[in-house]
Parts: sequence; C-alpha cells; structure tokens
Amino acid sequence: MGKLAAMVARRLALGLLTLFIVSVFISLGVEFLPGDLATAVMGQSATPETIAAMRKELGLDLPLHERYIEWLWKMMHGDMGVSLANQREISELIGTRLENTLFLAMIAAVVAVPLAVTLGILAALYRYSLYDRLVNITTLSSISFPEFFVAYILVLVFAVTLGWFPSISNVSPGLGFWEHAYRVSLPALTLTLVVIAHMMRMTRAAIINLLASPYIEMAALKGMTRSRIIIKHALPNALAPIINVIVINLAYLVVGVVIVEVVFVYPGLGQLLVDSVSTRDIPVVQASAMIFAGTYILLNLTADVLSIATNPRLMHPR
Amino acid sequence: MVSISMGSTLSAKPSPWACRLSVTAVHFFILVLFLQNMNADTWLAILGVIVVHLYSAVALYLWSNLDRTTAGDTVIVAVTLEFILIAVLFWDRFSDWPWSTFFGLFVMQSCAYLGVRFWRGLSKAPPTAWFGLVVILLYVLMAAAAPVIAPFGESEIVGFEYEPWGGEFLLGTDNLGRDMLTRLIYGGRNTIGIAFLTTCLAFFLGSFLGFVAATLGGWTDQGLGRLCDIMMAIPGLIFILMVLSVTGTSIPVLIVVIGVLDSTRVFRLSRAVAMNIVVMDYVEAARLRGESLWWVMWREVLPNSMAPLVAEFGLRFCFVFLTLSALSFLGLGIQPPLADWGSMVRENATLITFGDITPLLPAASIALLTVGVNFVVDWFLHLTSGLRE
Amino acid sequence: MSNVDENGGARGVKGDVLLEMRGLKIEGQADDQWLGIVHGIDVTLRRGEVLGLIGESGAGKSTIGIAAMGFARPGCRITGGTIVFDGIDLMGISEEERRKIRGARIAYVAQSAAAAFNPAHKLIDQCTEMPVQHGIMPLAEAEADAIDIFTRLQLPDPDTIGFRYPHQVSGGQLQRAMTAMAMSCRPDLIIFDEPTTALDVTTQIEVLAAIRRIVKEFNTAAIYITHDLAVVAQMADRIMVLQYGHLVEEGYARDMIANPKEKYTAKLLAVRSFRKEKVIETHHDLPLLKIENVTASYGGEIIVLKNISMEIHHARTVAVVGESGSGKSTLARVITGLLPPSEGHVRYGGEIMSAALANRSRDQLRRMQMIYQMPDTAVNPKHRVREIIGRPLEFYLGLKGADKEARLRELLEMIELDPDEFIDRFPGELSGGQKQRVCIARALAAEPELIICDEVTSALDQLVAEEILKLLQRLQDELQVSYMFITHDLATVRAIADEVVVMLQGEIVEQGPKDEIFTPPHHEYTELLLSSVPEMDTEWLNNLLAKRAAAAG
Repeated sequence: MGKLAAMVARRLALGLLTLFIVSVFISLGVEFLPGDLATAVMGQSATPETIAAMRKELGLDLPLHERYIEWLWKMMHGDMGVSLANQREISELIGTRLENTLFLAMIAAVVAVPLAVTLGILAALYRYSLYDRLVNITTLSSISFPEFFVAYILVLVFAVTLGWFPSISNVSPGLGFWEHAYRVSLPALTLTLVVIAHMMRMTRAAIINLLASPYIEMAALKGMTRSRIIIKHALPNALAPIINVIVINLAYLVVGVVIVEVVFVYPGLGQLLVDSVSTRDIPVVQASAMIFAGTYILLNLTADVLSIATNPRLMHPR
Repeated sequence: MVSISMGSTLSAKPSPWACRLSVTAVHFFILVLFLQNMNADTWLAILGVIVVHLYSAVALYLWSNLDRTTAGDTVIVAVTLEFILIAVLFWDRFSDWPWSTFFGLFVMQSCAYLGVRFWRGLSKAPPTAWFGLVVILLYVLMAAAAPVIAPFGESEIVGFEYEPWGGEFLLGTDNLGRDMLTRLIYGGRNTIGIAFLTTCLAFFLGSFLGFVAATLGGWTDQGLGRLCDIMMAIPGLIFILMVLSVTGTSIPVLIVVIGVLDSTRVFRLSRAVAMNIVVMDYVEAARLRGESLWWVMWREVLPNSMAPLVAEFGLRFCFVFLTLSALSFLGLGIQPPLADWGSMVRENATLITFGDITPLLPAASIALLTVGVNFVVDWFLHLTSGLRE
Repeated sequence: MSNVDENGGARGVKGDVLLEMRGLKIEGQADDQWLGIVHGIDVTLRRGEVLGLIGESGAGKSTIGIAAMGFARPGCRITGGTIVFDGIDLMGISEEERRKIRGARIAYVAQSAAAAFNPAHKLIDQCTEMPVQHGIMPLAEAEADAIDIFTRLQLPDPDTIGFRYPHQVSGGQLQRAMTAMAMSCRPDLIIFDEPTTALDVTTQIEVLAAIRRIVKEFNTAAIYITHDLAVVAQMADRIMVLQYGHLVEEGYARDMIANPKEKYTAKLLAVRSFRKEKVIETHHDLPLLKIENVTASYGGEIIVLKNISMEIHHARTVAVVGESGSGKSTLARVITGLLPPSEGHVRYGGEIMSAALANRSRDQLRRMQMIYQMPDTAVNPKHRVREIIGRPLEFYLGLKGADKEARLRELLEMIELDPDEFIDRFPGELSGGQKQRVCIARALAAEPELIICDEVTSALDQLVAEEILKLLQRLQDELQVSYMFITHDLATVRAIADEVVVMLQGEIVEQGPKDEIFTPPHHEYTELLLSSVPEMDTEWLNNLLAKRAAAAG
C-alpha cells in the first residue's frame, strides 16, 4: 500500500508543480510575447503618457517576481483585479458566468458519459456487426464536424423549423433549475453529441484491446458464459482504461464549451474569454484562462491518479 | 514460412520511355508558361523555371524506380496528357496563373504516382476510404486551381447583399454582396493552405524532436518531455486565445502558435513510435557498429515509423483545420478581406434564423474535408496494423 | 499406430476410448486468405492415457490440442473431420453444450500462466471458478479442494498461496497453480500446451514431476504438447510426431525413442548428439579477450555482475551458461561497451578497451561482432539482404561497387544461401533460420576475431538450430574466429564449447575446459543444472526424482 500512496503523492506533487508553472506563464508570459502589452491594449489611443499610465495600471513597472507574487496573493484571496473594459471587479464578472458554464458542462457530462460508455462497450462486444460498423462511421463523421456546424444544424432543425427549443440561451441568475435547463438544451445537446462521439470511439478501442488479452481466452476455455466473461473477467480490468477515457474527454468539454457559448450567446466563462480577447482586456483573459487551465490540469491529474489506483499490480504489491 | 516477394508477382517490366516522354512533355509545357510570364514578374518566373527542372528530375527518378505495370504506365500517360489537354483548352485562364497550374499538375501526377504504387492496397479499400480519397483530391485541386476556376475576384463586390441562389451568382451573395461561390473557393484555398503549412510545421518540428528524444535518451529526453508536458497542460484553444490577446491576429502568428502547440502531440507520438523501434536489436547492432546518430535515425528508425507518422499527419491536419476554422469563427482567425470558411459562417449566421442554409455551406465544406481525411486515415491505420498481425 | 507390440500381444490398454478425432482439418486466416494448417489428422486417446504431440513450429500441434475441446482460435476454423469425446460429437452439438463440457470435462493449461491468469482476481477465486460455475461443487468445498490440490502439487504454503494475486507468485508456482485450476473439476481430459517451455530448466523439473504425479493420481487422460522430444519422453505413454499439419509417426514412447521409424523422427532424436571434433589444447600466450574483475550494476543500485574474470582465446568457443537472472547477457553488454562496468576492465588483444562504446575506435568495434537471439528483431525489415550485409562491408572495409558485390556473394555462399535468390530479398521473405544466417553473414562481413552469440539458437526450431550450430562450427574451423556462446541450453554447450563458464546470479560459479565441467566433482549449482537437462530416456525423470529424494532423505 505504501508504494501506491507514494506514486499518488508524487503525481499530486507534479500536478501542483504544473499548476504553478502554468500560473507563472499566464501571469508573466504575456510580457514576453512580441509587442508591448500596454501599447497593444491602448491600441489607437496610444500616446506616451497613456502608455505609461497603462503600464502602471497593469503593474508592468514592477519587477517580475514581485508582480507574480502580488498576482498570486490576490488570486488566492479571490481578488482577480479589475476589468479594463468596464472597470468592474473581475471576481464579480466571473462569478455568475462560471456558475453558468459549470451548469452547462455538468448537464452535458451527465448525459454523455453513461451513454457513450455503454454504447462503446456494446460496439466492442458486437464487433464487426452492422451496429458496430454504423457506430464507427457515425462517430468518425461526428468527430470531424466543427462544433459550430453541429450547433447550427441543431438550431436549424430544432429552433427554426420545429420551434421546440430556443435558439439563443439567455439565462439570468434566479431562474429555476428546469427553466435554466430548458434554455440550455440546445448548447448542451451540441456538447453532448461532440463528446459522445470521441468517448465512444475511445471506449470501443480500449475494450477491444482488453478482449484480446490471453486471460479472456482462458476464461472462454474454462467454459464460462459470455456474460460472466464480460462482467467478471473483462470489466474489472476495464475500469482503468475507461476512467482514463472519460477524464480525457471531459477535457474536451473545457474547450468545446467556448465555441458553444458563442454560438448560443450563452453568458458563460467561454464567451467572456472570447470577448476579452477581442477587446484586449488582459486581466480578464488571464483570470479566465487560469480557471480553464486549472480545471483542465485538475482533470488530467484525476485521470492519472485514478489509473494508478486501479492498477491491480500496484494495489496488491508483492 | 517464406512468403512470396512482391517483385515476383509482376510480369516483365514495361519500358520506362512512355513515362519519361510524358514527364518531359509536361516539363516543357510548364516551362513555356513560366517563360511567358517573364515580363510580368521576372524573379518569380525564373524561380518557377528552376523549380520545374527540379521537379521533373525528381519525378523521373521516382517513376523509374517504381515497380510498374502496363496499366500503371497507361494511367500516368493518360493523366499527364489529359492535363495538357485541359490546359490548352482553357489557355487564357491557365496562362495567367503559372504557379497554380504547376501546382495542379504536381497534384495530379503525385496522385497518379501514389495510385500506381499503392494499387494493391487501394483495390481492397472500403468504400469509405474511396469516398475520402475522392473528396481530398477534389478539395486539393480546387485549392490549387482557385484563381483559374473562380468566377469572380476574391473580395470583389458584385451585387447586393444576400441575393438568392441562381442566375449569375450560383450560390447567391454574402453579407457584403460578394459572390458566395468565389468566396467558398478562395476560402478553401486560404484555409486549406494555411492549415497545411501549419501541419507541416507541427509535424516536422514534433517528429524531429521526438526522434531525437528517443534516440538520444537521457537528459534530452527528460527535458523535452517535461517541456511537452507543460505545454500540453494548457488546453490548446485557451493558450492560443491568450497569445492572440497580446500579439493580435495575423497569419504568421496563427501558423507559429498553432504549429508549435500541435507539435507537442506529434512529439509524443513520434517519440513513442521511435522508442519501440530503438529497443530493437537491429538498432543496437547499428549502434555497436559505431554508426552516427543521424544515420541511425535516418536509415533505421525513420523507415519503420512511416506508417503511424503518415496517419498522424492526417489526424493533425484535421485538428489544425478545425482549430483554425473555430478561431476564424470566433473572429480571431484569418481576418477579412481574406476569404475563410470559419469567418464566412460567422458573417452570414443571421441567415439561419430565416431558415436559409447558406451559412451552413462553408461549415459543411469544413466537415466534408475533415470526414474525408478521417476516413482515409482510419483505413490506413487499419491496413498497417493488420499487416503486423 | 497400433496397440500391439512386436510379439502380437495387446499393449497396456488404459481403458475405453475417450477422445477420437478422425480426418481433422483446420484452416487459418492470413491476409484475407484461408490456408490449411492441419490436413486430416487422426487422434485416438484412451482414459488415463497421456498422449504427446510433438513437432516444430507450424506443425499445428497447439491447434489440434485446442480442437479437442471443439474450440478454434479467432482466425482459425475447423473445416473437416469429426471430434468425438466420450461418445459426444463435439461438432454436432450446440455452442452452449460445448461450453458446458469445457472446463468441466476437458480442461486446458496454457503456455504462459502469467498471461492466462486474470490480474484482477486472487488465485483461489480463479481456481474455484470452474467447479462453482459448472455446478459441480459449492464454493466452500471447492476452496478446500483447491487447497488440497495445491498440497498435492507441493506448492509452498498451500493454505495461503491461493489468497495471493497472480503477480505476487513466481513462474513455476503459477504454472502449478494453473494445473490445479485445470484439475478442479476432475476433468476426463487435460490439454497441456507447452507448459514448461517458458521456464528455467531447474524449475521445469518440479513442474514436470507435479504434473505427472497428479495426472496419475486422478487417472486423467492428457494431451501433452511440446517441441522437446526429451520432455515428452518423460510424460507421455504414446507420442505423435507432427510436421506441417501432417502426421509423421505415431507409437509408444519407449519404442519410438529406441527405434524411430521415420527419418524426421530420427533427426529430432539426434538433435542433442552433435559434437564438435576435439581440439588440441594449445593456447596462444595472449588471450584474445580478457575480463578482469568486472562488477557492473544498473543505476548504481542493483548489482548484476560481481567480480567476473574470464578469458577467451583465439579460435576457441567459450560457452557462458546460466539461467534467467544469471547476468550472462549483461556480461555481453559490458564487453561490447553498452554498459560500462563500475569496477574492473575488459582487455582485448592485450589492450584495455574503453568502458563506453562511444570512446572505442572503429577498428576495435570491427573486431568484435554480435549475433542476437531473435532473428525477427535483429534485422531491419525495411532493408534488403544486400544492404544488411553490405553496410558493414562499406562501413568497416570501405568496399564499394563491384568489389562489394563480389564479397557479398561470397558471404552468402558461406552461409549456404544462394546469392541470386536471396540477395534482394526483404527479411519478411525469409524464414527464421535464414534470417539468423543473414545475421551471421552480417557479423562475418566485418572480418571479426570474436563473435558474441547471444542465445542465437534459443528462438529457433530444434532442427534448424542444429543446422545453425553446424554452420557456426564450420565457420570457426575455416576462419579461426572465436565465439563467446551465451546460452541456457546445456545440450548446445556440450555440442560446441571448448570451455565453459557457469554463472549464477551475477557470479561465476565454475569455469574451465568442457570435459572438466561435465565430469564430477562439480559445484553444487553445476550439478543441479546438469542433472536438470532432460534426456531421451523415458525413465530419466523417475531416476532423477529418486536420486534427489535419496540425497534429501
């Protein structure tokens, strides 16, 4: 058990280190890109005095390490600075938007994961059947579609033609759960479709790989029924690869959510990020990027730790 | 058990002269094109002449090393002559664009060459793979010959906004009155061209570093690996958005940023593939001989890693293509007035609310190409993994 | 083929006919084509009888063994013949019926126990699975029974070993556990598919003894599949010799070993009898290779070689023998410079060689060449034979053009391959033996003085291996090249070695001229090693066990 704990601890430490390095990059790295930050932000109205003022405001006149420490300190206390565009507290801005994005992502994940895993396992079990071939072609096509394509098709069919769901998801705080869910149905559906395709393919590949193991053949030679082979022999070993697949694909959600929010004009973190990039609102960009990156790193970390934890050799060492 | 060699199943080799003659004929044809354009742009024309000579030399070399059949030779000659025929028929258009013509020829001859070389594999390909190949071929030709086949100029305003389909404007006009069909064709050229350049950057950078890491091992491997891990720790789109917020959007920035980011995935794959090869005894035998690192990478590792790398190139292209389109859709990619499929979707999005599918056309074009490439890659992976069993 | 002996009397019939396969035909799929693997084989097996199926790779023995359960692996199909098990036509009943028979009445023991056990479940759960699922015994009884069988198989800690996971148990123990699992339903027939091939020779003895004992105790019929005639002589009552899916010879073990009827069988028997001509004992003063007090480790922690000292002289063969973990392959790595030793050094031709490969001169590298165990991974599949052998010619000797071509053809003739036919082939078009010959030619191209042969015959079929050994000996006689022959197989050592070095866990246990090592008195380990090599004598195992029991008691 000690070996397992040691490996997990090491992985956690590595994850924290990565988080740290990424935060350094996000807060300071922008400085090293070509083009002076302050000038870029000021754009047309750039004069030497205004640039100097902006530099002060952005804290660019401080030495690097001081700037980073101040930024980190503030971050940890929930003070993410002030938006350049509208002078509001960023933490205020982000608050509701983060909630909205999480809501959307949760719904998509909750629907997509069980569906994808089940369908993927079935495709692997009934390999080469018509069902499997159909699944293969459909998922292959699906992962090739850009998210906005899927989104607009859904809008065309369900919002414009059939009128079942709204084509714009404008939500405000204080909406009931079901009302919120209704307005978010099309973006959630888009995300779900995109993620299901990836997850199904990976699950199928992982299970096929597993089914080729010698101990599965041995179980058949022992005269075990097909369902017992699958449930008792394959599944316990399938836990690790499937969990891995799920977590990797949840990471897709992090990116997909940005596009979907723009298409459906959904007031989430993704849309905020895109708008801030267009207006060169650097502090907001930094804060949002930090949150996205942090979530992504956390998900990958969970995947690694879970795959270590479900490895039978590590669970029961010699 | 001894298996039958490929060479012994072919009949006696046909004379290579048919191929050589057709390559030479085309060579002169293109030369004429470039020389005609000497006055218009002297340096480009001279460069064109040099490139054509190099190309013909390489083509001749490759053709003569091919295991050819009479049928294959016929294909090559037919393709070449057909190309010349089309060019002559539409001479006025083709003569204005020597580089596009040359590129179109390059594409057609390469396809003929690849088709003949891999005929055995191709003839057993499933319909999805054929579909993919045809789609890719059509898209590449369209991109190559865009100036020749587009009815209007790229950013030319030719009518009113949102004119309906039909008549002069086959697919109507867009939000500024530009011809949709022209915009689609040029959009394809721009998006595919930039995506291809970016993929090449990502691919060559990533695979080179991956091979070096696997062959050298030790600290180089560890260092590059850590760097790669850090870069992969940030979701790609977010990273790009961050960089764009500071540097602003321009094509070189897009190519470099997306290229470098994607090279991490290529790095991981090529390193894994190379690692599997580097532990083989034949690599150790080469090392024990005292062969240099470069020789080992070039002669031992690379030939055995071609299959997964080619597949990865296809997958990377899809990913880059989709990312580029997504960025353009967000307004942060290729900027107007350049035509681009992603931004075309955004510009004409309002039409959807009226039930008009016009904005879906560029989106569908993106989807179609990606699907095609994915089908081909899927088939290719199936082919090469099956061979190993 | 008959169960009457020379005098016409009925041979020890062990009971009724249990399994009868007539005209069995099996096909296998390769690249969308179906090729025949087994071409009309007849098998008769009686209750309590042990039948040995022996043949080289491609003989179809494993496929036939599995077909006895009515099972065909993915990529194979049974296309003809009848399989009748205890009166039941296995091909005529439904798959569900066949499933019920498998495990309960016919059991299978795989070649690799480590792969065949599910890593996620404890051993005892897997051993009791069959009786419980087939409804033969309730769980508690099955567990008690399993522990009982563990005891009979002389597994250590039989009460607790079942509660471990497969990766916590060693190879030989795992193989016995798999036998226990097969026995759990007291099947009528067990199929043993090369159960000891992957084990060390010293571990093999225990497993063989255990299998034989338990099969006799429960009067189980068995099909024993192997490529080693000496092993099957210990285990089987009757033997069937197979080649490329055809039956070559069939008969009682004792008779066949004493009087083989077919040439092929005779060749298989003779496989361990090749001996080199005796060499007069003269040593040049200077040994070609001298290893002085070498100690080496991986990463500074795990010490793999401890204080090794040995010599190889000009035109002699030194065999380095040991089992897995002995460090013999590591020694080769130290000599070639892939693993610098932490202490001691290697002298070649009197000079000390630099420890690391990178610091050696091209000429130093040229004089020492290596041949590997697996011919499949030893040659680049994308290079033609011309390039594989041609590169060292170019690299070391600077040969080009017509000279290189002439020398290439010479080398191919030396390794007994026709130049016109083979020079432009890819490795994928060569057999295992042919690939190994190409590797030998590659080594010879450099005109070396010493060739390190790292288990070069272990991955080859026995008859092919025999030919390779003869070739190597011929080359040594002609070219006066020295060999360092690393192997675990004592029969090979007996065949071609001049001197022997015995290694155990990183240390040299004994070394000296071959005859000295092979005659007692020796070191304890050498004794163990020598006595564990099966011989072509059906009584060998019995005698050995008796001897060991006497020595212990």
